[in-house]
Amino acid sequence: MINFSLQEANPMLAPEYIPLAILFILATALGFLVVIIGNLFGPRRPSIRKAMPYESGMRPIGVGTRRTPVRFYLTAMLFILFDVEVIFFLPWAVVFRELGLSGLIEMGLFLLILLIGFIYAWKKGALEWE
Amino acid sequence: MDWFLILEWVIKAVILLLFLTAGFAYVTLFERKVLARIQVRIGPNRAGPQGVLQPIADAVKLIFKEELSPKDADKVIFMLAPVITVIPALVITAAVPWGRSINLFGREIALGITDLNVAALYILAVTSISVYGITLAGWASNNKYAMMGGLRASAQMISYELGLGLAFVPPILLAGSMSLVDHVETQAAMGIIRWWLYQPLGPIIFLIACIAEVNRAPFDMPEAEQELASGYHVEYSGMKFALFFMAEYIKMICVSMIGATVFFGGYLGPFVDQFPILGPVYLFIKVVGILFWMVWVRATSPRIRYDRLMAFGWKIMLPAALFNLTFTAVLVLLTGA
Amino acid sequence: MTISLIVFFLLAAVAVLAALGMLLSRNAVYSALFLILNFITVAIFYLMLNAPFISIAQITVYAGAIMVLFLFVIMLLGAEKLPQNTSIRWQYPAAVVLGVLLALEFGYVLVFQIGGLSTAAALPANFGDPKDIGGLLFNQYLLPFEVTSILLLVAMVGVIVITKGDKTTR
Repeated sequence: MINFSLQEANPMLAPEYIPLAILFILATALGFLVVIIGNLFGPRRPSIRKAMPYESGMRPIGVGTRRTPVRFYLTAMLFILFDVEVIFFLPWAVVFRELGLSGLIEMGLFLLILLIGFIYAWKKGALEWE
Repeated sequence: MDWFLILEWVIKAVILLLFLTAGFAYVTLFERKVLARIQVRIGPNRAGPQGVLQPIADAVKLIFKEELSPKDADKVIFMLAPVITVIPALVITAAVPWGRSINLFGREIALGITDLNVAALYILAVTSISVYGITLAGWASNNKYAMMGGLRASAQMISYELGLGLAFVPPILLAGSMSLVDHVETQAAMGIIRWWLYQPLGPIIFLIACIAEVNRAPFDMPEAEQELASGYHVEYSGMKFALFFMAEYIKMICVSMIGATVFFGGYLGPFVDQFPILGPVYLFIKVVGILFWMVWVRATSPRIRYDRLMAFGWKIMLPAALFNLTFTAVLVLLTGA
Repeated sequence: MTISLIVFFLLAAVAVLAALGMLLSRNAVYSALFLILNFITVAIFYLMLNAPFISIAQITVYAGAIMVLFLFVIMLLGAEKLPQNTSIRWQYPAAVVLGVLLALEFGYVLVFQIGGLSTAAALPANFGDPKDIGGLLFNQYLLPFEVTSILLLVAMVGVIVITKGDKTTR
């Protein structure tokens, strides 16, 4: 039969994460509580004009949500690449002392290759906001 | 199972949430008072002595306001977006220590929610999640200003998150751990001046990235009143608007707490060795100091144009943070600290 | 039933429901949100397996960075307002074939390999510690780590060529 070895392998969440879970549950409850309070006490007198999207007092022209510029895609993509780099930096920094010089060279190589990309992006104007 | 331990955790979580919520209310008053003084005004002074009841008056007003939702808005996401925005702000400081452990009722109580060995990464994770609420609020509102504000805010936040993340690396290099408790204790061992000498640009990069991360002046382009009619929350009213406001001010407190812990000694101060209960007091004083600085910056700097803001994030903050961290690594290697 | 098993099954239900929601919602933004929920539940699974670093990295990179990109792409394409009936014709037979294959594979594992799945061996005391991960990553798995940088470089060049390339040819 299937052996649910979960319990032996791991006696639940590590104890330092249980307070985090408690905080998270309470924070979620607080967030919804505020929304519920607003719904309970606020008056409700809808009208057509109130439901109009705000456009500085003008009649709204066209739809509200439009297609976004490709610029945002470029920024998000570059962000992912450097974010992965940051994630790699963190464990590297933790063990840097044990690694010593070789650690510096390893990360230097990694960084150098990414810096080539960064300079390429800069030269191509990918960091320019237009 | 130790029920007293669970009770202790619940009590500490409630204390943190109460502190942040009450802090939010009084940071708004603090900001208005300080701004007023800088502009040679008096500021709110009618509700209670010196206006101390002003935040309560604001809250009561907002509770009894009608909540509008625009035509063709996505109702579910429109309702969820403020909640999604506020939760990360409430949980991000979970790994920040308030002080060393104290003895209470014969129990050893650690001051702080929890001590994670991946604390720096946890802070980054929560920061990256906090982008969603704002983007979704902009998208769900069916409003051009809101959409633009939400997109701008998220692009700006992810750009400056890199500087923020890289600013955490030198402290980790020095402490050899991601835990914020270890960061503070390393500062105690090294002395704050040496801590800074190893990472001369660290605190500056962190503080600038923080202002951008919480979308405050001079990086408040996503909420620019003149251009975007206050951006992603333009369609929000009543308590949902209050939640966005709450998230922004709680984030101010949180980044001040994290900044004070990582770069300004956290709970360290005179006599904290003898009386660990002084730890939270010192942390509080440092947080107020950083908050004052944030308000000061808002009062004195003009808003930065959006293209320059993004260029600053990518072309100056990112290389400077990389340089800073390489500098620290080389120095650690040379001095064997 | 212990608490950890109950938590596990609750989370598993959430993960499966979130995945279903992602597949079935008509609105692409909802799909993205369900996927974020799914990523977060998977991260909690990692946490329950005593792997905090992987767990939080999963939230930062997948639920944080990559899903922001997805949202931007959805809004870029205007994909959230696609018409109802835009399925591709060969999708249904392909889905059936692949689904049957997966079920067969699953059944094979369940019937023949069940002994191999048991991992009741005790974990080392500091399993999943960032120090351990750093040590492994920068000693034993150094080459994959360095190759990652080339992968990231290729992605960076690719995205710049796609978004900036048309300007020079225009």
